[in-house]
Parts: sequence; structure tokens; C-alpha cells
Amino acid sequence: MRARTKRLWGVGVVAALLIGAVALASVALRQHADLFYTPGLIAEKGHPDAGKRVRVGGWVQTGSLEYGEAADMAFLIEDNSGETVAVSYTGIAPDLFREGEGVVATGRFDEAGNFTAESILAKHDENYEPRELKKAGQASS
Amino acid sequence: MIEAGHFAAILALVFSAVQAFTGLRGNRGQSGLFAQLAFAAMVFAFFTLLWAFARSDFSVQLVAANSHTLKPFVYKLAGTWGNHEGSMALWCVVGLGFGAAGAWLLKSDRPVFEARALGVQGILSLSSLLYLLLASSPFTRLDPAPLQGQGLNPLLQDPALAIHPPMLYLGYVGYSFVFALAAAGLIEKRVDRQWAKTARPWALAAFVPLSLGIALGSYWAYYELGWGGWWFWDPVENASLMPWLIGAALMHSIIVTEKRGSFAAWTSLLAVLAFCFSLLGAFLVRSGVLTSVHAFAVDPLRGSFLLGGLLVLGGSALLLFALRAPKLKGGPDWLATSREGALMGNNLILTVATATVLLGTLFPLIAEAAGQTISVGEPYFNLTFTPIMALALLALPVVQAWAWGKADLSSLWKWAGGFAGLVALFWLAGIGPFDIPLMAGIGLALGVWLIVGAGQEMWRRAKSLGRLPKMPLRVWGMTLAHAGLGLFVIGAVLQTSGRTQTTLALEAGESANIAGWTVTLEDVRSIEGPNWYADRAHLIATKPGTKAELNPQKRYYPAARMPTTETAIHKTGTADLYVALGDGRRAAGGPTRWTFEVFVNPLIDFIYVGVILIGLGGALAMFDRRGSGKVS
Repeated sequence: MRARTKRLWGVGVVAALLIGAVALASVALRQHADLFYTPGLIAEKGHPDAGKRVRVGGWVQTGSLEYGEAADMAFLIEDNSGETVAVSYTGIAPDLFREGEGVVATGRFDEAGNFTAESILAKHDENYEPRELKKAGQASS
Repeated sequence: MIEAGHFAAILALVFSAVQAFTGLRGNRGQSGLFAQLAFAAMVFAFFTLLWAFARSDFSVQLVAANSHTLKPFVYKLAGTWGNHEGSMALWCVVGLGFGAAGAWLLKSDRPVFEARALGVQGILSLSSLLYLLLASSPFTRLDPAPLQGQGLNPLLQDPALAIHPPMLYLGYVGYSFVFALAAAGLIEKRVDRQWAKTARPWALAAFVPLSLGIALGSYWAYYELGWGGWWFWDPVENASLMPWLIGAALMHSIIVTEKRGSFAAWTSLLAVLAFCFSLLGAFLVRSGVLTSVHAFAVDPLRGSFLLGGLLVLGGSALLLFALRAPKLKGGPDWLATSREGALMGNNLILTVATATVLLGTLFPLIAEAAGQTISVGEPYFNLTFTPIMALALLALPVVQAWAWGKADLSSLWKWAGGFAGLVALFWLAGIGPFDIPLMAGIGLALGVWLIVGAGQEMWRRAKSLGRLPKMPLRVWGMTLAHAGLGLFVIGAVLQTSGRTQTTLALEAGESANIAGWTVTLEDVRSIEGPNWYADRAHLIATKPGTKAELNPQKRYYPAARMPTTETAIHKTGTADLYVALGDGRRAAGGPTRWTFEVFVNPLIDFIYVGVILIGLGGALAMFDRRGSGKVS
């Protein structure tokens, strides 16, 4: 193979790989970037599409936490707007999950507007809370 | 005492400045001397910190904020680096240590090059010390001293996490010396075979501890967080994965530079990038710009300092690269189907994979600038990173036999047939007892493919059993690392497709059936440790022929006002039975029911054994002294 042909081959392979990677990444980002909502934002803009994975953040409303018969639980997420979102979750809550504390739940809304969480992120230690909550707190307070 | 440490750190800063100045001027002897003096001073400074933690001297602010008299002694010591300031002090110790080791070990017959490398390392040491002293000083006193400390985040009170940061830093900061070698090579316009021979062990010296550090962190997350998983694509995990991937690419491209003199510019670029990604990782972790499960107190000043450092250091290195790269000499011609071509493919895939991780990690920041708050999780990475890397794994056993310059392609169809056979085997087996979906079948076939391929390549080189022990250490290293990669793939695929997760709520005496196990809750008792108390469940799990006792705990640390999960894991050889204890719930008038998260994780140890083998392989290759010294 002459040097020119060789170079063309090389450029072709690199370009194919790059185009493939960019296409994959853009599809993946479009499908799998989870939007973040606060209760206030949902009241303002309406529910996200049913079945789409989203994250809802705020504070666990004091007095709203209820445990079911098995490992299921239900609670309300509130923010400073006065709105709430009802969340149900089956599983063990994180260690620092408490009423009145910050929480970010990842999950899906159903057609009726109920939110089922797949995972729950709470504060990680006494000094740390999810960044979105800090922003949400500042924005609405 | 701590003031003496503070003074020693300032002294280390001055020595590093002299090291940088004399080194850049080309004085190998003086620069090396000051590198060693700086290291000695920094070690003393770090020792005073250790001493303060060992004695629980709460007049030191850092100790008061992160320690407690009731903490076990080992964790008092480990607490030194279990916080931002102390970990930056450790960063400086390691960085200056690499400078001192370089001064001691570099023997390349190129004194000016060595001096320049030590000089650049001096600049890096100087920067990290400035950051330590100006933006995160651990040497601050507290007056009046409190009687008791606030304790360490109890999640960090754990053996794996005590040695995880030092390992990780040996990797991150190890790449600073690789960066310095590349910069010196570019300044001298001599990134050639001799340069690669000198730099290769250093690239491995960073790669090996980085691999082990990541594995330790992953193992800790597995048994301590109680989530049952081993990798969460958390920004902080990604921050450690990116330099690792670039380091892996560098490790392969530097072989080409060493053996053939080709890829000189590309190799030096990777050497620069590996450290830039380490700095980017430090920035992402310490500045708090991204939401992560990792807890470091957030401070915007530190963030801007780190970002500035990254831009200045990375920018000047890239500028130097742009000026000098066109002047570097290449090696002999090669075809795309040659060992050069194969390793170039490896590098392309690794860098593109790194780019997808970088995009996924930074995308929330980009979106935030556009006014949207989003997060990017596992599904994104499974769709991008995984298939791209799978390409490399698929090609590896085939192309590693290719010769330099031009490969013999006559046996290509045999390889294709072999792989198709493997996939068919796993898929067909899946229709039977295991229920393996096609994608998992391909994944498992890839793992076996890599292991068989590693063995086959070893055999191809040795040709007979008798010659196996005489094979060079670096060939053994390669074989171990590639086989380890195969084990890792098998473990990771089974974790994704073969594990079961069940949430239980049991009262004492009640049983449940999970994946062939019968799990019975005997009782839950209160127990007490040195600085915690806990609920401990006693469970008995039985399976025909096996019986296991599991004692998961929910601990509470009063000093930190924080509960933690202590999981119980029973290893059967083929799977982990993994139990995490939740909380007790008492219905009105009824008995207390305890919640449990139970996982059956098949062959998860393959993941960790695989990464350890990769690290071990790197270590063997690093200690291969055959043909070291001058290039023939």
C-alpha cells in the first residue's frame, strides 16, 4: 500500500470510530439524561411524561413518612413553594434519610401522577447535601 | 509541634523552588539534592500531623474537626488523610516522594534531560505546596482547644478506606512525574526510544497503585454502602477512571516508542494528559461542582485554585507539545495491520472511551449552564462506554499476535470462527439452566475469549512448556493483565445480568426463600463498640448442603450523629450472599419487623481478582530489568 492510501485508511477508521462514538453518546444523552424537578417546578410546568426516568428533590415533609406492612414506605417531598410530591419506595432507605432532611429520589411518574422511586439519595454526612437541593433552597427562599 | 510541621512544609516549598530553578537550568546534581531535601522536610511536616492525630491533640483545628478520643488508634492515624486538608498534605508527600525517587533512580546517560525533568517536577511540587499552604492549610491551631473532637465520618472508619487514598494518590500523583518526564523530553526534543525506556517504569509505577486504589474504593462501596453494587458511575468514580484509562493507553503506546521509536508525539501527549486528568479529578472532587456521594466540605476558592492550576500547568504543557511535537522523529514505516496499528487501535479506543466518560461526567455542568438541572447515570455509560470498550476486548486476542511493521493475516478466519463458537456456546447454554440473554452471552464469551487469548499468546511466544519460566517478566505481566481483564469482564457481566435483589421484612423466627436460599431471622440484639452502638441481626441461611450465619448491623455513631450500614457477606465460592439490615418497624400492637436488602451476587470476586491481576501484571512489567539502561 502506498503511503497516501495508508493514510486514507487510517483517517477513515478514526473517523468511523469517532462518528460512531458521537452518535452513541448523543442518543444516550437524549434518552438517559435524567431531568431534575422540585415540587414547585412540577406545579409550575406540569408533570414530566409518565414512564420517563426523572429525579425529584426537596425535603421529606415532617409527619408524612409512613411505613407499610413489608419493606415499602411512602412520604411527601416538599420545597419552599408549598407544593408536594407523593413518593412511594420499596427498599432500605439510606442511612441519613429522615423527616425534615434533604432527599433526591430517582424514579418514574405513572399516568395518575404518583411517583415510584427506584433509588433514594440522602445527605451523605452531616456536612454534605446534594448540590441541587442547595440551589433549590436558594432559589425559592 | 504542629508549628514545626508548618515550618517544615514552608521549607519544603523553598527547597522545591530551588529544585525547579536549578533543574530547569540543567543542574542535575543540585536539583536532585533539593528534591530529596524537600521530600525529607515534607515527610517531617506530615509526621507532625500524624503525631497530632495519634495524640488526639484537639488544639489543632484539623484534629478537632476530624478525630475523637474513642476512635480506634489505627483510624486516628488514617483520619489524617480522611479529610480535605490532610489528604492534600498526603498528595504533597507523594508528589515530593516521586521527585526524590526520580533524583535517586534516574540513570539515563542524559543528565540535562534528567535535570529538566526534576525541574518540572519541582514546579509541580511547588504548586501543590502553595495550594496546601494557602488554600487548605492543615496546620491551623484552635484556641481554646475543645475537650473532645467531632469524630471522623464513620463511613471512613474502615480498613479498605484507610489505605484507599494513599494508593489512589500514588497513582494520581505518580502521573505528575510522568508528566515531568514528558515535558523534559519535549524541551530537549528527545522523546525517543531511550526516553521511552526511561519513562516506562514510571508510567507503570503510577498505573499499578491507581488500579489497586480504584479496586479498593469499589470494594469498600460494595460492602460498606449496602447498595449491593460495585460501580455507580458517580462523578468521583469517573474522576479516577479517566486517568486510569489514559494511563492504560499510555502504557501501550510507550511500548511502541520504546521498541520502534514510533508514536513519540502521541506518547508524550498521553503522558501529559494522564496528569491533567488526575488534576481534573481533584478539581471535580474538591470543588463540589458535581453532585457526588463523596463527602468533602465544599469551598469555591479551592475549586478555582485547582481549576487555575489545571489550566496553567496543562495549558503550558500542551503549548510545549504543540511547539515541539512536529520536531520529534518517527520510527520505521508500518501498515495498519501490524503491531503498531493494533496498539494505535487500542489507544484510539481507550481515548474515545475516556472522552465518553468525560462527556457523561461534565454534561450536567454543560446543561446547567444552559439552565437545566440533569444527571447522567448508568444507562448512558452502558450505551456508550461499554460497546466501545467491547470493540477493544474483541480485537485484543487476535491483534496481539501481529508482528511489527506488517502482520500475517492468514489465520484471521480461525479467530473469527473461534469467537462465534464461544458466543454460540454461551447462548445455547443459556437456553438451558442459566437463562443467559444474548448480550450477556456475548459478554461472557468476551471474558473467556480474553483469558484463552492471553494463554494462547503466551504459548505462541514460549512455544514449549520448558521455556515458560524463562519468559521475560513483561510478557508474564502482559499475560496476567489480559487474563485479569477477562476475569473482570466475566464478573462485571454476571453482576449486570445475573444478580438478584430482594427486599425482605421479617420478624424474629420468620423465613423467606431467595434464589435457592432459605433465610431465617433468629433475633436482633443491641451491641456496643468503642465509639458506636448497633442493632445486630442474626440470620441463618440454608441451602441443601450449606449453612451460613449472617450478622448484618445497623450502627450508630453518636459523635458524628450518624448511622452506618455494616453488611454481612457469605462467600460460597461461586457467589456472594449479601445482606444489609434496614430498620425495625413496629405495627400497632404487633411484633417488630426488620427490613433487609438481600443480594445474590454471582462471581463478584472475579471483578476484584481481575483488577488485582491487572495491577500485578503491571508490577511485573515494571520490574522487568531485562534490557534496561541504554538502547542497543
